[in-house]
Amino acid sequence: MTWLRKNLVVIAGLLTLAYMILPNVVVMAFSFNKPNGRFNYSWQQFSLDAWKDPCGVADLCESLTLSLQLAAWATVGAVVLGTMIAFALVRYRFRARGAINSLIFLPMAMPEVVMAASLLTLFLNMGIELGFWTVLIAHIMFCLSFVVTAVKARVMSMDPRLEEAARDLYAGPAQTFLRVTLPIAAPGIAAGALLAFALSFDDFIITNFNAGSTVTFPMFVWGSAQRGTPVQINVIGTAMFVLAVLIVVAGQIITNRRKKTATA
Amino acid sequence: MSTTLTKEAPGPVEEPVLRKPPARKRLVPYWLLLPGILWLVVFFALPLVYQASTSVQTGSLEEGFQVTWHFRTYVDAFAEYWPQLLRSLLYAGTATVLCLLLGYPLAYLIAFKAGRWRNLLLVLVIAPFFTSFLIRTLAWKTILADDSLVVDALGALHVLDVTSWLGFTEGERVLATPMAVVCGLTYNFLPFMILPLYTSLERIDGRLHEAAQDLYASPATTFRKVTFPLSMPGVVSGTLLTFIPASGDYVNAELLGSTDTKMIGNVIQSQFLRVLDYPTAAALSFILMAIVLFMVTVYIRKAGTEDLV
Amino acid sequence: MTENTTGGDVRLTGISKTYGSFTAVHPLDLTVPQGSFFALLGASGCGKTTTLRMIAGLEDPSAGSVFLGDRDVTDLPPYKRPVNTVFQSYALFPHMDISENIAFGLRRRGIKSVKKQVDEMLELVQLGDKAKHKPHQLSGGQQQRVAVARALINHPQVLLLDEPLGALDLKLRRQMQLELKRIQTEVGITFVHVTHDQEEAMTMADQVAVMNGGRVEQLGAPADLYENPRTTFVANFLGTSNLIEAEVVETGSDVVVTAGGGKLEVPGDRCTDAVRRGGKLLVGVRPEKISLAHADDAGSIADGRNRVTGRIVDSSFIGVSTQYVVNSPAGAELQVYEQNIERDARLVPGAEVVLHWNPAHTFGLDADQSLLAGTVGAAGVETVEDAS
Repeated sequence: MTWLRKNLVVIAGLLTLAYMILPNVVVMAFSFNKPNGRFNYSWQQFSLDAWKDPCGVADLCESLTLSLQLAAWATVGAVVLGTMIAFALVRYRFRARGAINSLIFLPMAMPEVVMAASLLTLFLNMGIELGFWTVLIAHIMFCLSFVVTAVKARVMSMDPRLEEAARDLYAGPAQTFLRVTLPIAAPGIAAGALLAFALSFDDFIITNFNAGSTVTFPMFVWGSAQRGTPVQINVIGTAMFVLAVLIVVAGQIITNRRKKTATA
Repeated sequence: MSTTLTKEAPGPVEEPVLRKPPARKRLVPYWLLLPGILWLVVFFALPLVYQASTSVQTGSLEEGFQVTWHFRTYVDAFAEYWPQLLRSLLYAGTATVLCLLLGYPLAYLIAFKAGRWRNLLLVLVIAPFFTSFLIRTLAWKTILADDSLVVDALGALHVLDVTSWLGFTEGERVLATPMAVVCGLTYNFLPFMILPLYTSLERIDGRLHEAAQDLYASPATTFRKVTFPLSMPGVVSGTLLTFIPASGDYVNAELLGSTDTKMIGNVIQSQFLRVLDYPTAAALSFILMAIVLFMVTVYIRKAGTEDLV
Repeated sequence: MTENTTGGDVRLTGISKTYGSFTAVHPLDLTVPQGSFFALLGASGCGKTTTLRMIAGLEDPSAGSVFLGDRDVTDLPPYKRPVNTVFQSYALFPHMDISENIAFGLRRRGIKSVKKQVDEMLELVQLGDKAKHKPHQLSGGQQQRVAVARALINHPQVLLLDEPLGALDLKLRRQMQLELKRIQTEVGITFVHVTHDQEEAMTMADQVAVMNGGRVEQLGAPADLYENPRTTFVANFLGTSNLIEAEVVETGSDVVVTAGGGKLEVPGDRCTDAVRRGGKLLVGVRPEKISLAHADDAGSIADGRNRVTGRIVDSSFIGVSTQYVVNSPAGAELQVYEQNIERDARLVPGAEVVLHWNPAHTFGLDADQSLLAGTVGAAGVETVEDAS
């Protein structure tokens, strides 16, 4: 009984973790299913069919490629614009700081559906045709605030003396930025970029409003939830999950090695 | 080689000619801000203005819409859709509380008890992100399907009797009930609760726990008086990051719910994309925004955390 | 001497810095002779770091000019000035190893083969084996030496040091003081050293400028500042002073004053000018100049010495000396340091005593300034790291 009380937090935490992982397990398991009919919701029999032919469903891999491209461009856009804003906010004094802070905070404090609907109103009123570009615009818009937040945190914790030291040691403004500021701010920028990529890749609500006939991967999944869910969806979901975990684990091992050789 | 000094410089220096930094230098922050802020003004703020205008227009798709300052739309929209609005806030609120209750122990576990497993646990919290949330939400359809393991277990434990009596589930069914929707919302936004919680817990100096215990605080008191107050920034941003998106979500209600569990997001989406009644959709969207912003402002004031950005 | 070979003096003319309505540095003129070890001493917020940063070019002066030799460098950005800085808490680039840090300045000036110079520099600061380490793997003292090496490798005309020893513990501090002094003698470059530690300034520098509230209070060689303070701030900030309020009775080559009923003599040339007019005077004497005699032995004190009677209220044994606190009609809580050569067992708290000293060791200050200026706890004076 005392054991239980002592480890209550651990047990509760692990139960939560199980709750969070359970759907991924199901997704993985059902990627080996051979469903009866159009929907892949109940277990029938083991099969490797979907894994052998992940692009076997019309438009699936096209939508995946589109989503990856979209996420890549949205990340570039949001990181460039967001990093500039973050530096301006931390390093300079200027007018209307409060207004600018609110403008950056508000997109994060707004239900997505509100932003989605209002942006659609703009595009409709302006007569802009919906498609890849409108989605890209929207993704950069909502990723921007998150990038600003991530980069700002890093830049704030940066010692301004490091840049002064660079300037003192004959590095001009451009050299100082490239050789000192950027390398030191890099982890913050990387975190912002990762977040932007994930948010953009996985976005559904804003995309659904502003994509017109363009089909991103989440929209393909949404559509298939109505028409019938191909097993390949699970294959791709599982593959990405495994890939992500592998990348993180590999990264961890590399940093551990580096630490070891550095202290040796 | 001599050292000379006068405390105050004589003569002309008493009226110093002040050097001003060159204009180019003073404009740097504005150039840095310009593109990003312009982006937000044009694609975030301006659309809200357009939407405000749309919400007071009348007309039809064929004849076009005109601004007629028809504020009735707000009244009508609210009168017709208040149940969905209320439901949204209720579901989102319940999901937020559940996220906090479920997420706190896990965040605490990772921050203080995980030791060398810490990074692995963090990866496991973040990793599900990489499988599209729609796919994962669809998986709940399988998990909560009739006669699935989970539902049978809940039935055998008579949990479903209680929840059905409370109106959360219907008989032996979980799918297509409020419980399924809240369960999906909770699941979807848990990481947004755990990560800020973890960040603020991890910053707490471990010696504070020792100090509290040294000063006669039991573990429970230590938590109540030291750990929890210090994790407040994480609690505040975690609840906001959960509640705000959950209140406007329509994916979970659509995939896991039924017509009786429609949330305000579903209404806005269908008014906009299917019914094409833009004024009503715009008005509803504004009502939702106003309510959420009001609640967030009050909440932040009460919680006293200003440094969220 | 010729220009550009070794640089010349650092000259500040009418230089000042204001931030909005706050004046960090009042217009000041200052010349740092070439090749000297010069200290800017003061409490936090006194303007010493701002002055240093204006020499480095990291801060634009609101008015005035900075000259290196005859060259006006006021409008040159820091990366074009032949001046280098050792920053407070070092500012070593965390993403580069030690040799990359040291080579940074040379590389930026387009020098390709830096290996030999870097190795020599590592040798000078005795860190030859740490070339490939990252800054965070080094101890505080080692990081400090890297910061010095990183600046010195550029052969600047002037090396600026901003509280370079502030982050080190006491013992290492003493060691690094000697080390820095050695390096300065070896390379012969002008050092301008900012510190809040009066002992550090006095041991290391040839010239010390004591700053307070954005102005230079007094400038001179350490011994001169200590023996002849011209303000109560300097008297209290450098070591400890006993300051007694007194009335002037007689002026001449010796000034005679009364305090608490007794007469004291002050050499006329050690008084500020204002005193010659009569009126009030602050009489100062350093605690170690005072001898202590038990009241019973008062008769054996030689003639011609300044005397003050009092009662010991506290004594603490320090090892080399014993410190007494004495209350007297002339002033409360006078400090006396007695060498522990022959200890008089009667000198315990409560004992009636006579304080006596050679009048030549007395100095006179303007009476219209705060007695407490420059003491620990007085406004603006803390011995913490300079935050500005």
